[in-house]
Amino acid sequence: MLSKLKEAILCFAAGIVTLRYPFAPHDPEGEEGEFRGYPEVDVNRCIGCGGCAAVCPARAIMIEDIDQTTRRITRLRERCIYCGRCAEVCPQDAITMTKQFELASDKVREDLEHVCEVFMATCKRCGRCYEPASPLDKIMEPGYRHDEIKRGGQEPLYEPVEASSE
Amino acid sequence: MGFFKNLCNKAFPKSLWVYHTNTGACNGCDIEVIDVLTPYYDVERFGIKLVGSPRHADVLLVCGPVTRQIVPALKRLYEAVPAPKLVIAIGSCASGGGIWFDSYNIVGGADTILPVDYYIPGCPPRPEAILHGVAVALGLAEKKVAREHIKQLIDRNESISVEDDTGAEEVVPGDEVPAELPTSK
Repeated sequence: MLSKLKEAILCFAAGIVTLRYPFAPHDPEGEEGEFRGYPEVDVNRCIGCGGCAAVCPARAIMIEDIDQTTRRITRLRERCIYCGRCAEVCPQDAITMTKQFELASDKVREDLEHVCEVFMATCKRCGRCYEPASPLDKIMEPGYRHDEIKRGGQEPLYEPVEASSE
Repeated sequence: MGFFKNLCNKAFPKSLWVYHTNTGACNGCDIEVIDVLTPYYDVERFGIKLVGSPRHADVLLVCGPVTRQIVPALKRLYEAVPAPKLVIAIGSCASGGGIWFDSYNIVGGADTILPVDYYIPGCPPRPEAILHGVAVALGLAEKKVAREHIKQLIDRNESISVEDDTGAEEVVPGDEVPAELPTSK
């Protein structure tokens, strides 16, 4: 009898342990935790090399060249297993594993799809996309800047910088 | 009959009894489902209870990719659950097949066999993720994911037509160039 009472007192001493989670925000494992959530992609840093697609164990990253200068990278993240390999191999550190875990949805195919279109250079011989050696080469490619397209690629891309009048 | 149907629909989300089925999972998701029932995550405060028979259940939890052998059993299981019913797919495998999506013995995710109402991706999903999925299913929380379609390059035709139509300020060339790339200087 006394032991039961002692047990009850011990239970009261613990207080409320239940998370208030759906009604209050919650950060799993804190900042130092090794939890990996939703992989976030910084599209402006992506060079379209396809390393993430090569290592993805779920084959959830697909690459297609929709025209000679555009490479479309589709991530079907309902199949993603959050292993973090894509973030590991990305040479530009464009992919980061966030702490986001709230991914529940009723239409998972549409909601978790991530499509990015990356500008690529065109090979003069075979006509396929390739990644230029340096970012400067990429900027010099016709089609990277729409104003350059408008001029028909005739004028030099960069005018010399004039000294400001002030 | 309409009155009873309305009553049934109103009372349905108040107390969801859950039947948990494993269609070929690795037990990772199953352990997370058990975790949700512990006092720390306490999903019973939403009236959710694990039951032992599909005939007592309102919700079918599907964990794991659907193997070829379990397809007839899964269909019978779905028919055994009485009528207003929900199907919740837990884990990346049940959502879209996971890393097994093209294996010879796997037909795919749970939605290739059953009409799935809610998906909770994750490998395995955290207990909090399952709680969020339950909250979305009960209408207590909004879903936080949406389709993303991002272009590295702004639409050339659109920007040119905007300039031609309005004659407004010229688009600064540095704007559409990514910040870390060298601009016109």
